[in-house]
Formats: sequence, C-alpha cells, structure tokens
Amino acid sequence: MGIDLKTVKHISKLSRISLDDKKAKKLEADLNSIFSFIEKLNELNTENIEPLTSIAETTLQLRKDEIKIKNIRDQILKNSPEKNKDFFVVPKVVD
Amino acid sequence: MSDIIDLTLVELVSKIKEKKISSKEIISAYVERCEKSKKLNTFITTDFENALIKANEFDKNPNYEKKLPGIPLAVKDLFCTKNLRTTAGSKILSNFIPTYESTVTENLWNEGSILLGKLNCDEFAMGSSNETSFYGKVQSPVGKNLVPGGSSGGSASALAGRLTPATIGTDTGGSIRQPASFTGTVGLKPTYGSCSRYGIVAFASSLDQAGPMTNDVKDCALLFEVMSSYDKKDSTSVNFKRSNYLKNLNSSIKGKKIGIPKEYRVNDMPKIIEDLWQKGINIIKDAGAKIVDISLPNTKYALPAYYIVAPAEASSNLARYDGVKYGFRSKGTNLIDMYEKTRSEGFGNEVKRRIMIGTYVLSSGYYDAYYLKAQKVRKLIKNDFDEVYKKVDAILTPSTPSSAFAIGEKTDDPVSMYLNDIFTVPINLAGLPAISIPSGHDPKGHPLGLQIIGKAFDEQNIFNIAYFMEQQINFKSKIKDWWI
Amino acid sequence: MDIVSKDNSEYLIIRKNNKYEVVIGLEVHAQVLSESKLFSSSSTKFGAEPNTQVSLVDSAFPGMLPVINEFCIKQAIKTGIGLNAKINKKSIFDRKNYFYPDLPQGYQISQYKNPIVGEGSVFLDLPSGEKKVGIERLHLEQDAGKSIHDVDPQNTLVDLNRSGVALMEIVSKPDLRSLEEVNAYIKKIRSIMRYLETCDGNMQEGSLRADVNVSVRKKGEKKLGTRCEIKNVNSIKFMQMAIDYEANRQVDVLEEGGKIDQETRLFDTKKNETRSMRSKEDAHDYRYFPDPDLLPLELTDDFINNLKNNIPELPDEKKKRFIEKFKLSAYEANILVSDIETSKYFEEVIKNSDVKISTNWITGELFALLNEKNLEITESPISAKHLSKLINLIKDGTISGKIAKSVFEIMAEGDKDPQKIIEEKGLKQESDPKELEKIVDKVVNENQDKVKEYKSGKEKLFGFFVGQIMKVSGGKANPQLVNKILKEKLK
Repeated sequence: MGIDLKTVKHISKLSRISLDDKKAKKLEADLNSIFSFIEKLNELNTENIEPLTSIAETTLQLRKDEIKIKNIRDQILKNSPEKNKDFFVVPKVVD
Repeated sequence: MSDIIDLTLVELVSKIKEKKISSKEIISAYVERCEKSKKLNTFITTDFENALIKANEFDKNPNYEKKLPGIPLAVKDLFCTKNLRTTAGSKILSNFIPTYESTVTENLWNEGSILLGKLNCDEFAMGSSNETSFYGKVQSPVGKNLVPGGSSGGSASALAGRLTPATIGTDTGGSIRQPASFTGTVGLKPTYGSCSRYGIVAFASSLDQAGPMTNDVKDCALLFEVMSSYDKKDSTSVNFKRSNYLKNLNSSIKGKKIGIPKEYRVNDMPKIIEDLWQKGINIIKDAGAKIVDISLPNTKYALPAYYIVAPAEASSNLARYDGVKYGFRSKGTNLIDMYEKTRSEGFGNEVKRRIMIGTYVLSSGYYDAYYLKAQKVRKLIKNDFDEVYKKVDAILTPSTPSSAFAIGEKTDDPVSMYLNDIFTVPINLAGLPAISIPSGHDPKGHPLGLQIIGKAFDEQNIFNIAYFMEQQINFKSKIKDWWI
Repeated sequence: MDIVSKDNSEYLIIRKNNKYEVVIGLEVHAQVLSESKLFSSSSTKFGAEPNTQVSLVDSAFPGMLPVINEFCIKQAIKTGIGLNAKINKKSIFDRKNYFYPDLPQGYQISQYKNPIVGEGSVFLDLPSGEKKVGIERLHLEQDAGKSIHDVDPQNTLVDLNRSGVALMEIVSKPDLRSLEEVNAYIKKIRSIMRYLETCDGNMQEGSLRADVNVSVRKKGEKKLGTRCEIKNVNSIKFMQMAIDYEANRQVDVLEEGGKIDQETRLFDTKKNETRSMRSKEDAHDYRYFPDPDLLPLELTDDFINNLKNNIPELPDEKKKRFIEKFKLSAYEANILVSDIETSKYFEEVIKNSDVKISTNWITGELFALLNEKNLEITESPISAKHLSKLINLIKDGTISGKIAKSVFEIMAEGDKDPQKIIEEKGLKQESDPKELEKIVDKVVNENQDKVKEYKSGKEKLFGFFVGQIMKVSGGKANPQLVNKILKEKLK
C-alpha cells in the first residue's frame, strides 16, 4: 500500500506538525519504505487472535478517593512559556 | 587517584564502607575525568558543583547502611530530576526544569547515591545510534566516529569511557542492550513492571523499562536491586517480591536448560556473530547445562509489529509537547499556527517521522489493519515465549546483528537503522527481562554482546547465568582513551 | 413554523402534506460526585481560584501517570445499576486524541469500545402515561479544563481546575420523540443520580451537560433519518430550543429535496440557532486506542454485588411504595418522589402526621411558597418537623384549615413552632360547647328578623348565621360544633 503526499499532509495536520513540501516529499519516501517493511504482517492470519491488552502481569490498582494535592499553582506554571501568575496563556483561539 | 575510575561499582561501595576512600575523592576523580572527556559529548547537563557539595555532606555525616553510599552516578536525560534540567535529548524540552523526581532516580538517591549529571540520548529515546539528539551526536569510547548505540548512547559511552561508575538507561526496543553490546558493557532490560515509569519521559508506555548499565554483572545486580520498586504512582508497576539480587548471585548453572531459538539465525548473519553465539553455547554446554533447540515462530513479525505499536503510543505520548505548559514554544499567528510551528521546530526528524507513523496507523480506517493487528501479533509473540518457557529456563541469543557502525552510516536509511533492534525488540514486546553481556570483539576490536532472556520476574536467574558466562568469557575492554 | 401537538409524545412538523416525526437521543455528561479526580488526587471542588486544583498529572507533565480513583468506578457502577443496566466485568480505558489548550495531555482518557456499563433503561412519567427509554451505555472519562476567551483580547487563558474531573457519559437510545420527553428524561436521569448521590445534577455549575442527537423522518417510516449532533447545550431550555431549531432545519432541507449530512453542530445561544462545526470536523480523527498507562478494569462479582446490595430505594420503587402504602395517586406520588429531597421531607412530615393532609399541604401550600421564593426544598423556611406539627393541629381540631393558612404564613417568615404561634396570637380554635353557645345565642338574638325568615323556609340564611358567628369568634369557632349548635337553636 502506498502513502501519497496528500496522506502525508493530512497526517501532519492531525499531528500538528507543519511540513514544507520538500520535507513532506522526503517523509513520503521514508514512510513508504517503512510501511513496505511493516506490511510483512499481512502474511500472518490473525483473525481469531485476541489482541494483547496489557503486558503488565498485574491487575489495575485502584486509588482511594482522597485529596492529596494541595494548591501547587506556582509549580504548575513555573515552566510555562508565557508568564502569568494565574493562567496558562496561548494565542487566541479563533473559531 | 587514577585507579578510582577503574573500580567497579561494588568495589567502590566496599572501599567507601571500609573508609579507605571518601565520597569526595571518588566524585572528584570522576568530575576530573568528565571534564577531560567533553569530546565524547556524553553529558547534556552536568551537576558537578552540587555533586561535590553532596559528597562533602556525605563525608561529614556518612551513612554506610546505604547500598550506594556517596557513590556518584550520571543518568540518562530521560529521567526527570528535581530542579535539574531534563531534556529527553529534545529541543522541545530544552528549558524544562522538573519540580519532581522520577521514582527510579529517587530510589538511587535514597540509597545514598549522588547525581553527576544528565546523559545524552536519542531524542525521546528514538534511535539506535545516539545521532538524533538535539544536543549532538555521542562518540563511542571504543573508537572515533563510531556510534555508541542508542538510545541510551550517552549512558553507554559515559560508562565505557569511565565517566560514571555505573548508569541507568531506558529500553523500549533495545535501547539499553544494544548500546551495552556496542560498548562492551553490561545492560539489563528488566521485566515490564519491575521499575517504575513514574517521572520518566515516556516514549512507548507499554514497552518502556528503565534498567541498569554497568561494568559487570555484580554491579548490574546491585543497581537493579536499588532501582526496582513497586510504585503506586505507576498503574503498570507490579507488586512482586523483589529479592536481594547481589547477595543471591551464584554462578552455578549446572542442570539449567538454555534455549537456542532457530529464528534468530537470520539469513545474512555475519560469521562473527554466529561464532560468538556458538562460543556462548559451548560455555553453557561445558558447564553442564543443557542446550535445547527451540522455536519462536513469530520472531520475524516482531520488528514490523514494534514499528506500529511504539510509534502509535509515541504519537499520543508526545502530544503533550504543544508549547502550552512547559518547554519550547514558537511564536504563532494563532493557536494552530503556534502548535504546528512549535512541534515542527521543537522535534527532530526521527521523532517527527515516528509521530507520523503512529498517527497514521491509528487514524480512521487503518486502526484494525495496523494497530489492532500488531497487538495480536504481540500476543502471538508472547505465546511463543510462554510455550518455550515450559521447556527451558532461559534463552541465549546475540544482542545485535552486528557490531557498532560508523557515525552517519545509517542515518539516511531508517529501515536499516531499525533492523539493528531485531534481536532485542521481541523481548520488549513480550515484557520479559534480558541482559546483554560483553562476549567478544570483532576483527576491528569493536565489542559484541550476547543476550540472555529470562522468564518474567526471573532476573535472578539471568543474573546467575550471565555471572557464570562473564567469568568464562573474561572479556577485556580494549578502550584506549582516544579522546583524552 | 407549523408545529402541531407538542405533547402526548406526538411532536410532528408539518410541511405541505408531509408529517415529520422528530427522533432524539441524548448524551448526558454527568460529573461524578467525588472528592478527588478520576486519575489524580487533586480536588474537584467547584469555584476555586484558577489552576489551584491542578496536579502534575492533570497538567500532563512529562513522565506523569494516571492512577484510577476506586470511588469513581463505584459511582459509575451504582449509576449503571440505577439505570437497570448491565455492568461490564471488563472495561477498557482508551485515549481520544486531539489538540486543544484545555486538554493538557493531548488526549482525553475515555472508554470507547468497552464501557463500564452496557445497555439499560429508564421509565419516564409522562401525562400520557409511562414510557420506557433505552440506555445504550455509560462510560467514565476525564473532563477537560476551561479556555477563557473573553478576558484578554490577544490571548486565550487556560484554567485546568476541571482537567481530569471524572465524568459519566450516559448515552440514550434514539427513543425520545418530543421536547417533553427530553425534559422528562433529563429529569429522571438527574433524579436517579441524586438518589444515588453519584452526581449532584447541578446544571448551573456544569455538573450536568448534554449533547443532543436529532434526526427527522416522515411519519410512519421505520428507518431512522441521518442524525446531527448538537453540542454545547447547558440547560433544558436551550436543549429544547436547539432541538426545535434543528428539527425544523432538517425538515426544510428535506422538503427542498436536500440530504442531511451527519455532522456535529454547535448551538449558538445568542442567535438561537445551530451551526455546522464541519470546518473543525475535518481535523478530528480521534485515533482511539487503549491507554497503555492503564490496564483493563476487571471487576469481580463480589465487588458489583456489594454495590448492588447497598443501592438505596430509587424513585420508581419509592413511587410504587407511596401509592401502595399511603394510597397516594400516581400524580401525587410522582411529584413527591421526583426529587429525593422532597421525598425525604414528605416522609419526615408523615412520620407523625396524617398522610392525606400532609400530601395536600406539601404539594399545595409548601410548593407554592417555595416557588414564590424560588427556593429548593432543602432551603425551605418551614421545617418538616414544624409542618408536621401544624398538620396535627389541624387534624385534632385545635385550629381550622383557614387559621392554619395564617399560621403557615407566619411560619414561613422564620420557621416558628406553630403551637407557639397559636398561643401567642390566641388562634386556638374554640371548641367549648358552652362558649360557642353563648356566641350562637348572641348572633341569633341580634338577628331575630333573619331567624323569622329562616324559619319561614329561607334556609339559605344558615350560611349567614355561620358567617356572623365566625366573625364574632374571630374565626376561631370550631365549624363542626357551630353547625350543630346553630341547628339546635334554629329549630
């Protein structure tokens, strides 16, 4: 199966990574060579196989409903690129 | 003082406990050597000043009950360290200073160890040669312009170059074992669930495991013992009885059954690798252990399945790097523009490539054909191992299909780079433990490793086998400090 | 707009000679009542300062991992039991991937193919009778944070206090056919959750929100039409307006020979219309896959049964009991059980009081009072204890119904004990035959001319005498006794 340039651009939109045409072309070639190798899986019939749901040999641990985190706003905002003491700040969302 | 850096971790611990040496002496020796070894480009961030302060504090008020009293350690820059920059080898985290500590590193400091600095790695641990780091390629102490392997390349290089007495890495598809093999060191990928993933920058959650990288098997057992803990902050952490691996180490493998999987005898396997494997088989046979020919029929599907599962998880795990909360942000005219520029400029090519693969295999209409199929294949691979472990105690294979290659040799061909992990990837897919031990050199003097794969949570067994083999192989490093 | 008969579960839109039926399904998002969030230990309390209830997990710092809250799981199961639904012993948490500033992880942890609760049903109490509505599923998911667009002209501000709060998404089957049914359905779901204490149902604080799926089809057709999903409807009123607008829009499209596109639409509360979000839809491919940071949630029978055995009496059972035990009408029972607090109040009052009188007073005077003052029953100025006392005073003849109303008014001002009010104001009913005889005699003596007329056959004047007696007694005379004595005197 081939991945065309249009698909590459669609994936780049979905993953929010801008690509110029040159990079998109290079990526198209890379992805095609990677997928031709991935397609090896098609040889295998997996129709009646249950997919793996977790590799950890344990059951889901449940946590008690307790508040353990107090106000750590300073910590949370410490690394934010745009400084504001109360909020995270991003360029205006346009509809 | 030059002999300090030649001591193993276990030897350093006993010397310090015997008060023959101080923490400050050890740390000074390492800092001095690190300063002389910048050409290797192993460190992304150093913390030498703090390390010396802590060494002084330790010497003033030593606690010899600890397992790593006053011992310096440098760690892969994928572990979040409180108040010390953590980059994951990426531009997108170039200014990120965690306010928290990963559980694994916390365990190290709790046992008295002292942080030297953060080691270079492939960006977000995606790579097999440490050439994808935003902070530059890492040189191997084995030879100039040789890759140390990856993604824990900085760790392997620092360890083999004696810039740290031991180190820790992470292994998603071979990222500890392959660089260990390339640099003539010991590396363990523990059973999934042994070491907490809390505070480790995630690559592929269902495959990532932190593990020790050391000069020998005894060091490896000791460091694993310290790292491994049950952690309620990680839902995939497993609560099993962790043993005293170093104390329980013994080199008797008589009567053990060791499997040799025929599928690992790949078509174009270099003769040198085949010979190395045979050497390992002979050692085991001679010790009175039984060699059993086994089959892991779905091995050839492991790598394709891995290159679906790992990028899929990564594409989602790396969505949080969006320039909103921390890290690098590129100015954008609006929100979408900011996102797209930040991620385009903040991630390197290999990371972007894998995000794209992952996004594609999860996207509408392709999920069943790729992701679901890969998870089914994963089940088959796990079943293969479950089946053979009814007959054998452990499995012996080469760690890598070749020795270290030159910097730049494979960067233009992602698939040939990916093939490097052909012997290590199935183990991550099945969640099993495996150790790589240095077992010989190729004609160019580049190290080669053998891999011992164990049953889940049977690390003690593979330590014992590795310990025995290590004594028989008697590997000698040929590293000649070319960079100093 | 030619809409006929909105009630009686017939909601038809008529154009030319075509009658269209409206088919509605709801996706209710109910905030789980819990102290801490679904996957982190930070508080869920409403109204805190921005970003003060945010953990490293909620803000998606590198290496942070989710650990699930057991109580939220129990709350979801309890709600599932309340919806008569199948509890799935194995469910899986998936990641729903999309980028938005108030979604710090870049994905929402939700349940996609394997929800914790499967099919179930609820009964609606409609004027036309009962109606069964199917529940498709209930799943647990994380709430997002809040993006604030209107404070800073250049930027959007992000508050993550809500990020990670547990939500239950309850999806109905497309079984609803009118605005009344939608209203009744929301009320019923809310009522059940409030009985179970799994969600406070507070729509103002956003604890209960809904997306609405609307389609239309010609009456009599079996096949469902193409549906549109309307997002962002935060009150029952807006929900009804949105449905009405959307159904008519779809009919217009069909009447003009067009085709409905399956899409997500946004309800604009200012313009009172729905509009397409398709421009955004293109970029939305959620790439669901099981969250590798979590394991499948596997429940034991013991775990589920333990919850089942501790489910309180729910509205339907309570209604049945009220009808059987207290001989209430279905209508009265409905009114009293629909809100758990009302039913608690009712049961408190009737513990020591006459059921019939209590029912009338609660559904009559008390509801009118609460309505007028816009209060919840929990905020009632008259406590159940005092209302019960008042009712007993009526029942034993201490005061008349009429006096009781004035006493009630005084009670409404500050929850006073009715006994005290009666004593202070001297409102006690006069039931002493001797005292009453004196008053009767006085009135009869003063109105001899009327007595004559009465005796000559003008019996309507009896009421006049009673009125005069009540007036003289200040309304306190026991009416039954007055009647008896007066009849004697006028013989």
